Amino acid sequence: MEGNIAAMGQFIGAGLAAIGSGAAAIGVGHVAGNFLAGALRNPSAAGSQTATLFIGLAFAEALGIFSFLVALLLMFAV
Amino acid sequence: MTTTTTTEVAGEAAKAGMPQLDFSTFPNQIFWLLVTLTVIYLVLSRVALPRIGGTIANRKGTITADLSAAEELKQKAVAAEAAYNEALANARSEAAKIIAAAKADIQADLAKAGAKADAEIAAKAAESSKRIDEIKQGAVAAVETVAKDTAAELVGALGGKADAAAISAAVAARLKG
Amino acid sequence: MTKRTTDVAGEAHSEGGLVFHPLDQFKVTPLFGDGPVEWYTITNVTLWMALAALVITLVFAVGSRGRALVPSRLQSVGEMAYGFIHNMIEEVAGHDGVKYFPIIMTLFLFILSANFLGLIPMSFTPTSHIAVSAVLGFGVFFFVTLLGLYKHGLHFLGMFWMSDAPLVLRPIIAIIEVISYFVRPVSHSIRLAGNIMAGHAVIKVFAGFAAIAAISPVSVLAITAIYGLEVLVAFIQAYVFTILTCVYLKDALHPGH
Repeated sequence: MEGNIAAMGQFIGAGLAAIGSGAAAIGVGHVAGNFLAGALRNPSAAGSQTATLFIGLAFAEALGIFSFLVALLLMFAV
Repeated sequence: MTTTTTTEVAGEAAKAGMPQLDFSTFPNQIFWLLVTLTVIYLVLSRVALPRIGGTIANRKGTITADLSAAEELKQKAVAAEAAYNEALANARSEAAKIIAAAKADIQADLAKAGAKADAEIAAKAAESSKRIDEIKQGAVAAVETVAKDTAAELVGALGGKADAAAISAAVAARLKG
Repeated sequence: MTKRTTDVAGEAHSEGGLVFHPLDQFKVTPLFGDGPVEWYTITNVTLWMALAALVITLVFAVGSRGRALVPSRLQSVGEMAYGFIHNMIEEVAGHDGVKYFPIIMTLFLFILSANFLGLIPMSFTPTSHIAVSAVLGFGVFFFVTLLGLYKHGLHFLGMFWMSDAPLVLRPIIAIIEVISYFVRPVSHSIRLAGNIMAGHAVIKVFAGFAAIAAISPVSVLAITAIYGLEVLVAFIQAYVFTILTCVYLKDALHPGH
């Protein structure tokens, strides 16, 4: 195996960027969990807030997707 | 590495890399996307959405009309029931009235008949008592005569001479006593 | 393929015949012939977008043809989607947003049907491409911004100037607001393409593992599970794209709150 420092850097960078996906997973879990906690406390108000839930999920997830994208770019495009 | 090979390698890497970043296909995708969106928009806004909206509005109208018709019918049924109940109550009170009237009639008849019967009975009783009195009078007179006769006979038989006046007085006294 | 040896990404060969081509499914290729992809070339993009349009036409135009009071199955699907988006716009963007109902419905249905058609094995997913989702996202962005400027003039820019914040902080908040406003279309489009691309790529990676006999059952199970997740994601991404469009539309129609 011949060393290629640039390729190694790409792979390490991609791996590091993939951590962001896990962080986004934590965020998404937070959003969903807190929604559930609130919904169980006041079920009658939960139905009207599902749209807000999805918007929150989308924002949290988008950042994870960004890091995933960075990983992909490092792997395949750089 | 010469420059040509570098660019060649880079170009090949891009081609083999993410197809999403292959800019040579962008015009194609954007063109067909716009065409598709236009087609979908036209289909939806010209045909589908007005039709579906119309159907939904139509259904809502029908349901509302049906509901109001049902409400109307229900009102009618309630009114009919009320009328029926009223008629029933009227009939009942009518019947009660008739019964009361009949009762009163019967009572009056009964009273009249009773009074008549009483009067008849009273008349009969009076007549009877009169006859009894007559008979009594007759009997008393007969008894007096018989007593006088008997007394006179007795006096005669005992050898006395019967004074008619004295005998009748004695008999009368005796009868009185 | 074999002559490229410097390519680290496209073919990560390893022993045991393990071959990953997770991104090959996104390649844009001409349907007929082998020529270059010009802007007018009929490609697989054309095919799958046309199929999406066909499905939409079938469900919404043909399915609703009966106008039955008691809807048939296809008709009730169309009516459900109609009511779903209509309610969403009314709830999020307010009553005057209903005017833009056909546009938002077009976006939603296109993304939804493209996502779902992309779940068919061996198919192509147009929405997984940055080019497509960027046109959608930036289209919404420009439409909404121009609409806001047209409706409210320079008043629209008051959206960035928080009048209830402390005076010192207002410029900073304004800068942040402006930046977040211009990041909107980027995140809007990358969210869609990224989600779809990630899901499809992950399925392909697991499919690559299926070549090893020992773990192929696990791999197949994982593909099944992720496929289920992808069905959910396909709907949720369409929903999220639409609801965010409604939110941006609300900002354009009622800036300041």
